[in-house]
Amino acid sequence: MELGELLAAAASEIDAANDLAALDAVRVSYLGKKGELTALLKGLSQLPAEERPAAGQEINKAKQVVQQQINARREALEVAALEKKLAADAVDVTLPGRGYSLGGRHPVSRAMGRIKAIFRDAGFGVRSGPEIEDDFHNFTALNIPDDHPARAMHDTFYFPNGDLLRTHTSPVQIRSMVTEGVPIRIIAPGRVYRCDSDQTHTPMFHQVEGLVIDEHVSFANLKAVLHQFVESFFERKAELRFRPSYFPFTEPSAEVDVLWGEDSWLEILGCGMVHPNVLESAGVDPEKYTGYAFGMGVERLAMLRYGVTDLRTFFENDLRFLGQFR
Amino acid sequence: MKIAESWLREWVNPDLGTADLAHQLTMLGLEVDEVTVEGEGIEDVVIAEVVECGKHPDADKLSVCKVSDGGAELIDIVCGAPNARVGLKTPLAKPGVKLPNGMKLRKAKIRGVVSNGMLCSAVELGLGDESDGIMELPADAPVGSPLVEFLHLPDAIIDVDLTPNRGDCFSILGVARDIAALTGDELRKPEFASPEASIDDTHPVELVEPAGCPRFAGRVVRGVDLTARSPLWMVERLRRAGLREIHPVVDVTNYVMLELGQPLHAYDLAKLQGPIRPRLARKGEKVVLLDEKEVECSENTLVITDDSGVIGLAGIMGGLSTAVSDQTHDVFFEGAFWPQAFMAGRARAYGMHTDASLRFERGVDPEGQGRAVDRAVQLLLEISGGKAGPLVVDSAAEHLPQRAPIRLRRSRLEHLLGARIDDDKVADILRRLEMRVEDTDGGWNVVAPSHRFDISIEADLIEEVARIHGYDSIPETTAIAETPLAKVTETLIDSEQAAATLVARDYYEAVSYAFVDAEINKLLTGVESQIVLANPISSEMSVMRTSLWPGLVAAAAANAARQQDRVRLFEIGKSFHGSLEEREEIVRIAGVATGNALPEQWGAKTQAIDFFDVKSDVEALLALAGNGAEIAFEAAEHPALQPGQSAHILRDGSVIGVLGRLHPRVAKAFDLKRAAYVFELDALAAMRSAAPEAESVSKFPAIRRDIAVVVDAGISADDLVRVAQEAAPELVQSVRIFDVYTGAGIEAGRKSVALGLILQETSRTLTDDDADAAMAGAVRKLKDEFAAELRD
Repeated sequence: MELGELLAAAASEIDAANDLAALDAVRVSYLGKKGELTALLKGLSQLPAEERPAAGQEINKAKQVVQQQINARREALEVAALEKKLAADAVDVTLPGRGYSLGGRHPVSRAMGRIKAIFRDAGFGVRSGPEIEDDFHNFTALNIPDDHPARAMHDTFYFPNGDLLRTHTSPVQIRSMVTEGVPIRIIAPGRVYRCDSDQTHTPMFHQVEGLVIDEHVSFANLKAVLHQFVESFFERKAELRFRPSYFPFTEPSAEVDVLWGEDSWLEILGCGMVHPNVLESAGVDPEKYTGYAFGMGVERLAMLRYGVTDLRTFFENDLRFLGQFR
Repeated sequence: MKIAESWLREWVNPDLGTADLAHQLTMLGLEVDEVTVEGEGIEDVVIAEVVECGKHPDADKLSVCKVSDGGAELIDIVCGAPNARVGLKTPLAKPGVKLPNGMKLRKAKIRGVVSNGMLCSAVELGLGDESDGIMELPADAPVGSPLVEFLHLPDAIIDVDLTPNRGDCFSILGVARDIAALTGDELRKPEFASPEASIDDTHPVELVEPAGCPRFAGRVVRGVDLTARSPLWMVERLRRAGLREIHPVVDVTNYVMLELGQPLHAYDLAKLQGPIRPRLARKGEKVVLLDEKEVECSENTLVITDDSGVIGLAGIMGGLSTAVSDQTHDVFFEGAFWPQAFMAGRARAYGMHTDASLRFERGVDPEGQGRAVDRAVQLLLEISGGKAGPLVVDSAAEHLPQRAPIRLRRSRLEHLLGARIDDDKVADILRRLEMRVEDTDGGWNVVAPSHRFDISIEADLIEEVARIHGYDSIPETTAIAETPLAKVTETLIDSEQAAATLVARDYYEAVSYAFVDAEINKLLTGVESQIVLANPISSEMSVMRTSLWPGLVAAAAANAARQQDRVRLFEIGKSFHGSLEEREEIVRIAGVATGNALPEQWGAKTQAIDFFDVKSDVEALLALAGNGAEIAFEAAEHPALQPGQSAHILRDGSVIGVLGRLHPRVAKAFDLKRAAYVFELDALAAMRSAAPEAESVSKFPAIRRDIAVVVDAGISADDLVRVAQEAAPELVQSVRIFDVYTGAGIEAGRKSVALGLILQETSRTLTDDDADAAMAGAVRKLKDEFAAELRD
C-alpha cells in the first residue's frame, strides 16, 4: 500500500475507535512490532541505498503523525470517560446536610454576653458574688439600714436565719471594693431575686452592676459611659434622658430613659454617684475617692433588643422560643 | 399620688401646658406615671333641675321627670336612678350629645314614654369609677350652665410616683414647692389665718414617750352641724385624688393631708376618756380599728391611748371606739409628728397600708402640725359651723429633728458633677429650695428647711443643685484614665466557651429558677435541700436547688409534651449545698437530652439517643480543658439514674460530675415517654485548665496492629485499654477500641473487643520484630489479667 493510503486508513480507524482498548488495537496494528508502518520501515533495506534516507524520513514522519492522532484521540476519550463518571456522581445540592444542627444560647445570656463584651473592651473587669447574701452586704453596707423604706420596695426572699437571696447585684460592689481596694472598674452580672410574680415580674431575673471608683470620677463621666453603652448595645444612635431619682447607695441618683420610637421614653437603668456611706462601709476614703455605679436589668434590655414582649417567656424554656435566638 | 392639675395650679402656675408640666415633674425626680384628663367631650352637658318627678306607668324602677335647663319649656326625661327627685340639680345630656363612654343620645321612647335626654351619673360623665345614681349638684348650681364650667373641667389628673426620699412631696404644697423652685414661679400658698378661738376648751395631751411623739398639735371644735355636707369643690378635689366623701370631719382631715402633707386624725371628743397619751404599745394590748378589725399591738408600735386603753395605731389608723360618726357634735383634731424611725415598716407588719402611714414612713415636716390642725379647723368651721377652742401644741424640743448647717464646697460640686455651675446660680437654686445659704471661703454653708429631712450631707446638696440645674445640662465627658491590661487566664475555661461547645453540639441553653420544689429536688438528687426559703412564692419554689436537673428535666418534659421529638437543653448556673449556716454555691454545667439522637434527616437512620451520644457531648466539654487531666467514667449508682447506665465522671481521681439515664421511675414522674439522659458537672473543677505544653512530633512512621480479644462482659473497656497500653508504655502511643461484639460465635456472658494499637518510637523506625514483641506482650498481659482469649 502506498504510504498516503496507509495514513488515511489509520486516521479513519483512530477516529472510529470508541474506547481506549480499540484505540490501542489501532496503535498496535500500525505502530506495533508487526504494525504496517513498522513493516514499511523494515522494508527500507530493499530500496537502493541512495533512496533510503528520504524514504525513511517519510515513514518516520508518518509514524509521528499517527502517534499524535492516537494521543489526541486518547485524551478526548479520557475526558469523555471522566465526564461520564462525574455526571453519574452528581448529587442534589438542595438536600439538607447530614448530622447535627446548631443549638442556641438563651436570649438573656446573649444580651449578657453583649453587655460583658462592651464593658470588657472598655477595661472593666467582670466579677461575681454569692446569690445567697447576708443582710449587711445586700442592704446595710449599701446605706439601706433596718426599716429603711427602700427595703419594703425590694420584696426580699428571706431564709429563716435572716440571710436572703440578693435583691440586686449591688452587694458585689461592696465585696469587690473590700477585696480589691480602689481604684476599681468592674461590672458584676448575675441572677437576682425578688418575691414578686406577675405579668411584668418574675421572681428571678438578671442584672449587671457597674462600679468605677477613682480620684476623679464624675457624673459627667457616668453620663458618657452609659450613653456610649446604650448606643453600642443597640447599635444605633440613641437619645438618653437622665432624670433625678433615688437609690440609697448613690447620691446624686438618676434613672436613665431611652427614647424609643417617636416619643416614648423607656426606663432602662438606674445609676448615680456612689454614696459616701457606701464607700466608707467598704473602707474607702470618700474624700479622696469618688465613683459611679449603675445597674441594669438584662431581661429588659433583651426584650428591647430582640423584640420579646412577654417577660415570662424567658423562663419557660420552650424550644419554639429558644430556637429564635441563634 | 394623684393630684389634680387645677388644684396644683392654684398653688403654682408656670407657663407650661399639661404635657410640659408633667415632663418637668418627671425631670425633677417626681416621676409622672400617667396623666388622665377628665371632663373632655362633655362640654354640652348642662346643669338641670328636676321640676316634676313621678312613677313610670309600666316600670317600677323608672321615674318620669320634667326637668328645666333654664329654657322656656320643661324637658321630659325618663330616669332609672333611685335618687331622682324634685328639686335635685343634676347634669343633663340632651339628644345629640355624645358621652365619654361612647353613648350618643337620641330622642327615645322608654316603655312607651318619651325621653328627651338623660340625667347623668358621674361614671357616665367619665368623672370617677363609682356612683350610686345620678350626680347630685349643690343647690346653688346655676341651671342651664355647662357642667364643665361649674366643675372647673377639663382637668388633668397627674399620677406621680414618688421615690422614698421625697416624703416632702406627698402633697400639693410639696409638689408646688418643687415646681416653683425649678421654674422660679411664685408659690402661692392659700391665705388663711389661724381661726380665732371662740371657746377655751382644750383636751389634755401628755407626751409620755417624747422620742416617739415629739410634737402633738390639738384643737377642739364643739357644736358642729350634724346635717352639713362637704362642699362640692372639696368632694371633687378629694375624688380627683382618689378619695371618697365620707363625713365633713373626715373629709377635712383628708383634704388637709392632700393639701399640706400632714395626716390628721379627728376624735369624737365625747368618747375620749381622760388625757391622750401617745406611747409604745405594751405586750398583749389590743384595739379595734376604724375598719372594725381587731389587732394585737406589737411592742415596737406607737399607739394613742386614753384612760380606756389603746384608741388607735399612731399614724396608721384610728380606733373605732373614739371615731367620729353622724352623731358627733364635738371634735378633737390631732396633728402629730411621728418620727420615721418609729413608723418604718410598722403598717406593713399589720398588713396595712394607709395614706397616713405612707406619709409618716416617708417623713412629714416636723414643723407642720399646728398649721395643719388650724387649716382643718378653719375648713370645718366653714362647712359645719361650731366653735373652736385654742390651738395647743405640745412639743419635746430635744426630740425634734435639728437642722445642722452643711458645708458645700465649690470644688467638690464641680468634681462630683464634672460640670462648673456659676456661684450665683448655685446659691439661687439652694435659696429657691427654701434653704438658708451663707457664702463661705470656697463655697457655702447651707441649712435645709424642716421639710427637707432627706438632706443631711454635702452630696445631698450637690444632687439638689444638679436636679434643679438639670441633669440634662451636665455634659458627657469620657474619662481619660489609665487602663491596666486585663488578666486573661488559661487556667480556667470560661463558661462562655462551655456554652458555645454545647450549642455547637445542638443543645439549647435554658434558664430556670434557682428555687424548686423540695420533693422534686429530692427525687432528682436523693438529697434533701437544707436551704429553705422563709417566704417562698409557692411550695413549688421553696427550696434552693442542689442540682440544675429539676429545672432542666421539667423543661425537657414540657417540650417533649409539646411534640418536640428531640430535646437537648443545658444550663449553667449555681446549685446550693450544705446547710444555711455552712453553705456552698457551686457553678454547674448540666444538660438533658431525650428523643432522637439526630434531627430527623434523609441521610441517617432515626434512632433514639443513647448513653454514648450524651457521653460524647460530655467528653467534648471536658476536652475544652485540654489533655492535662486524666478523665475517667466509673459505673456508679445514683438515686435518680438507671442502674447500669449511670456513671461518675472523674478527673484526676476526684468525682466532678455525673452522667446517666434517668431512672424509668423518675422519667415517669415527669411524664417523659422516651429515655432521657442527664449530666451535670462542677464547672470550676471541670473547666480548670493549663496552658498546653508542646512535645516534638515523631519523624518516624507509626505501625498499627489490631487484635480482637474475648473477655467477660463485665470487663470495662477502660481496663482493656489501660492494660494493653501498659504492655509497652514507650511504644504504644494510643489504643483504640474499634469494635465491640456479642452474639453468634461468642459465648453468653462474654464479649469480643477489637483493639487497635498505634506503635511508634520517637528516635528510630520501628521494626516488625519490635511490633510483634509489643503485641505479644499486650496479649499476654490481657490473658493474665482478664483471661482474654485471642480471637482470629
